[in-house]
Amino acid sequence: MTTSSPRISRWGRLSRSQRDNRNGQLLTAPSMVLIVLVAIVPFLLVIVFAFSDVRLVDIPRLTPWNIDFTLDNFTRAIRTPSFWAALWTTVLYAGLTTIGSVGCGLALALALRRNFRGRGIVRALVLVPYVLPIIAAVTIWKTMLNPQYGVVNAFGREVLGWSAPIGFLNTASAEVWGVPVPVSLLVVVVFEVWKSAPLAFLFVTARLQGVPGELEEAAALDGATGRQTLRHIVLPQLRTVILLLVLLRFIWSFQSFNDVYLLTEGAGGTQVMAIRVYNELITRADIGASAAYGLLMTAILTVLLVGYVLLSRRKEEM
Amino acid sequence: MSAPLRPSRPATVGRVVFITLALIAAIGPVLYGVLLSLRPFSSIAAAPLDLLPSLDEVDLESYVTAMVDESAGGFGLGRFVFNSLLAALGTVVLSLLACIFGAYAAARLRYRGRRVVNSIILMVYLFPGIVLAVPLFVMLSRAGLRGSLVGLLVVYVASTIPVAIYMMRNYFLALPESVEEAALIDGCSLPVMLWRVVLPIALPGVVATSIYVFMIAWNEYFYALLFLVQDRTLWTAPLGISQLTDFQVPVTVLLAGSITVTIPVIVLFFLAQRYLVSGLTAGAEK
Repeated sequence: MTTSSPRISRWGRLSRSQRDNRNGQLLTAPSMVLIVLVAIVPFLLVIVFAFSDVRLVDIPRLTPWNIDFTLDNFTRAIRTPSFWAALWTTVLYAGLTTIGSVGCGLALALALRRNFRGRGIVRALVLVPYVLPIIAAVTIWKTMLNPQYGVVNAFGREVLGWSAPIGFLNTASAEVWGVPVPVSLLVVVVFEVWKSAPLAFLFVTARLQGVPGELEEAAALDGATGRQTLRHIVLPQLRTVILLLVLLRFIWSFQSFNDVYLLTEGAGGTQVMAIRVYNELITRADIGASAAYGLLMTAILTVLLVGYVLLSRRKEEM
Repeated sequence: MSAPLRPSRPATVGRVVFITLALIAAIGPVLYGVLLSLRPFSSIAAAPLDLLPSLDEVDLESYVTAMVDESAGGFGLGRFVFNSLLAALGTVVLSLLACIFGAYAAARLRYRGRRVVNSIILMVYLFPGIVLAVPLFVMLSRAGLRGSLVGLLVVYVASTIPVAIYMMRNYFLALPESVEEAALIDGCSLPVMLWRVVLPIALPGVVATSIYVFMIAWNEYFYALLFLVQDRTLWTAPLGISQLTDFQVPVTVLLAGSITVTIPVIVLFFLAQRYLVSGLTAGAEK
């Protein structure tokens, strides 16, 4: 009794808000410790590395006092044409992927909106590409597109009459009716759209369930066509979720490494920024340059994110 | 449904065609992979357009070759799968422990620092993982944890916590708060109340979040490549399959491996599909 009574009285003396304070901080502590250790500290280190001349061999001897600070990593990056090429490739890749992924997801959600027999199964099956492990998806796609035994090239040669197989994963540019087409870049875009459209579909479907049917019925009774109802009643209500999906997909595709690296390893004009960061770190063992590229990526994404927040704030005020 | 809303005939036909195409696009490649993994490589190379294997050539030889150890003439995928299982299950246990506490605080408690914590979690969720790879590589090297499953586990737990907290928080928000308050007033301490009152009701949410975290860790490739590529005995399944691609391994074996790692994920996902979808998209409904 003597040991427990002071504890009880201490509990009693804490007000509700004090208790919430203490409990909240205690409960989030494990998560926060890990996040600080694995995300915040590393991010601060990225900034330090980006402004210093560090290579992989320097790691064992690295202390906070022997770092040479310099702007070289950035000036060298900006002067290299391949940096701008990688940035342009990344923007193109992320932009096209975003349009394709959100567009397909939206179309699919609208097509599956009206109930029919077997809709549940269809909805589940279209999620398969999203659930499929990336390594399985890549292995299957690489097999399909293989010049020797892949089904796409076999179909092209035997049915469509192609004279030679197409190296889908290592062709930077090919003439199609006189127009240069970045074949491999388009292949990785289509792959990412295939893989990520189901997520957009899920989000739009969830939002559609919150759209009341009465408005559409009223519009239809007033003589609105299906297209008009879609454009003026359904789509405006989906605007927020579409904007959010566009932002998220662009951010994720902009930093995407796995898909592109596993499919092409950066060959065929698909060297995106994330692959450059990896190559600088592993192949060239240049930590400073790698960190500088990473920091530039972060800066671009931060500008986008701030823009989005400002945009959605202004809309709320209007 | 009332008559005016019934779509026109061409619209219906267009919709059916579109849905059919989407279905073929979604599951066609997967079926292709499964069918090819059942055939000997020579038959694929000879007739790449014959998608359906003839009955007498169907065998599971590729699966056996993929899974058994190198010493037995295979490619050792069994061990890679075991490593993946260790990493994924470890991540689930640790990440769930941390996120249940964190998510409860985010859903119910108005504590000082709450806004900071919530915005840090959101930032980490959106932050480019590739950028953190550089310092994590350096830090783990210095700590002597690069090239070990422990180092990988730490990174996996930290990178799954934000999305796990987000999902669990949505499930907690949907629970009635009055039961918790009654238990606290009756003298339950907070941890006991969480364990005895909240978790039993939130069990579907816990299961769904576990499955989602398991899928992330099971599929993860980038950090495994970065930290473990030098030690073949530690390769996870995704890393193992991708590394084997560079050796002259028959594609049927690679496909067999891919299908093997896919099956648990597909089964888990469809078991918990309803809970997963509602947890993932909860933010979209507002």
